[in-house]
Amino acid sequence: MAAALRSPLGALNRALGRAHVRVESLLVLVALVVALSILSPVFLSVSNLFNILLATTTVGILAIGATFVICAAGIDLSLGSVLGLASVSGAAMFAYLGLPWPFVILGCLAAGAAAGLVNGLTVAIARVPAFIVTLGMMGIARGLALIISGGQGIYGMPPEILFLGQARPFGVPTPIFILVGTAILAHWVLAHTRFGHHTLALGDNEAAARATGIDVRRLRILLYTLSGLMAGLAGLVFTARVNTGDPTAGLTYELLAITAAIIGGTNLFGGRGSILGTMVGALIMGVVQNGLNLLAVQAYWQQMAIGTVLVAAVWLDQIRQRGRVL
Amino acid sequence: MSLLELDGLEKSFGPVQVLRGVTLRLEAGEVLGLLGDNGAGKSTLMKCVTGVHAADRGTVRFAGEDVTHLPPGERRRRGIEMIYQDLALAPQQDVANNIFLGREPTRRLWGLLPGHVDKARIDREAQAMVDRLGVRVPSIHIPVGMLSGGQQQTVAIARALTFQPKLVIMDEPTAALAVREVNSVLDLIARMAADGIGVILISHRLNDVFQACSRMVVLQRGAVAADLARADTTMAEIVSYIVGAHA
Repeated sequence: MAAALRSPLGALNRALGRAHVRVESLLVLVALVVALSILSPVFLSVSNLFNILLATTTVGILAIGATFVICAAGIDLSLGSVLGLASVSGAAMFAYLGLPWPFVILGCLAAGAAAGLVNGLTVAIARVPAFIVTLGMMGIARGLALIISGGQGIYGMPPEILFLGQARPFGVPTPIFILVGTAILAHWVLAHTRFGHHTLALGDNEAAARATGIDVRRLRILLYTLSGLMAGLAGLVFTARVNTGDPTAGLTYELLAITAAIIGGTNLFGGRGSILGTMVGALIMGVVQNGLNLLAVQAYWQQMAIGTVLVAAVWLDQIRQRGRVL
Repeated sequence: MSLLELDGLEKSFGPVQVLRGVTLRLEAGEVLGLLGDNGAGKSTLMKCVTGVHAADRGTVRFAGEDVTHLPPGERRRRGIEMIYQDLALAPQQDVANNIFLGREPTRRLWGLLPGHVDKARIDREAQAMVDRLGVRVPSIHIPVGMLSGGQQQTVAIARALTFQPKLVIMDEPTAALAVREVNSVLDLIARMAADGIGVILISHRLNDVFQACSRMVVLQRGAVAADLARADTTMAEIVSYIVGAHA
């Protein structure tokens, strides 16, 4: 049966290969959508579809950062915490320091990029394993976020910031524009620039990357900074949506972001991945969560579902790779 | 002026001195066999030439320029290519991308966005190079990890030759190959030399070295033990130098 399935899948896969999207993940998404539209009458309503996309934005932006780092055989466990740090840093610019609204944007992005830069420098120059560095940053960024905010949410953002989170130009929520725009740009960078090519080569075979003259150290620093910047952008969107700089924002989101990237076909061990695939992965996560909500499944079960999906996705990928005929 | 001039190169790793003052010359169009027992310092010496290792003392001059303190990328740009024993290929990237790894040509996307990797040009030129080498690779669009050892060796050679190198260093290029593949690699070396490229061949296979090289240098415990023209020596003499039994 597997062989019978493989050939039509293979043909579709090649067609999608040019767009760097795995057909399996696309089929899972379609199957979920079909199943849920049968199970729940409201699933396919326009407002619910916007709900899904809106809920996907924060994790989707984080997952872009995760994809770059994982493609280079790294990992960033600090994404969720850095999101929280960025959220309170940006909000503090307006609420504590009384600075105008552009500083909220600047504060979020700069805090995220700075945390990422620290990650990158520690991984690339001090040569501490990325797992440990970003695990440490997970605690450091969360602690700093709580210190800055005194453990409280920083409520009340200027209208320009709220526009980024709550407005609906052309009937579509602004965060969706931000996610789509960022994803298109990130896709181009990963698939079509030297930076992207070198990122994949680094994850594939570091010795080869070095031997061909790629500055591996600089590349690593840039990658973790980029990942932090994405967490900063996600923090900005989050802050704008809930009108609050929230120090607990993004708790466990790194789990969701990494899962989205892996489901989307990013190789956990580096060398392969695409942003479009990750977006499909993020949508799968969003649809699963939305579906469980619509079917009135308790929130606690959802966490179990997501964790299971992550392990299953990696397991299936391993089987796929082992089964590949050389 | 020789193409490559090494003078008094020394290199230690912690307490272990691997190179003890190596002096060596290579002319353009010359094929030099670099021989020596395991641990004699062959690979370390070559990594000092490519810049992967920085020499502790001594100088590396290439085409008349002191490159001792240049990083690997800069030396590569000046025409020093090395083909590694482990081939240094990225297995999940396709053949064409591997050939252009680290030197991808770019163009402006829609005449605006700079830095767009010109994949069409990469594919076109990679195909031309593979064709010119007259080797069989099923397709330049498949991941390198799916190729046989000989085919991967070909990709590594194609990568070294794509940017008009002046010096190509080959570390055990024939060790993992079938006989027919060995001959095609040796033919390639002869063609490279005929084009004026200096070639350094590191190999344990003396037959290959005697067939391909006009000169041989034997390293022994980090120093040059012999530097002989092929015409002036025999396999037995070279072996005696390698094992340190030469009186």
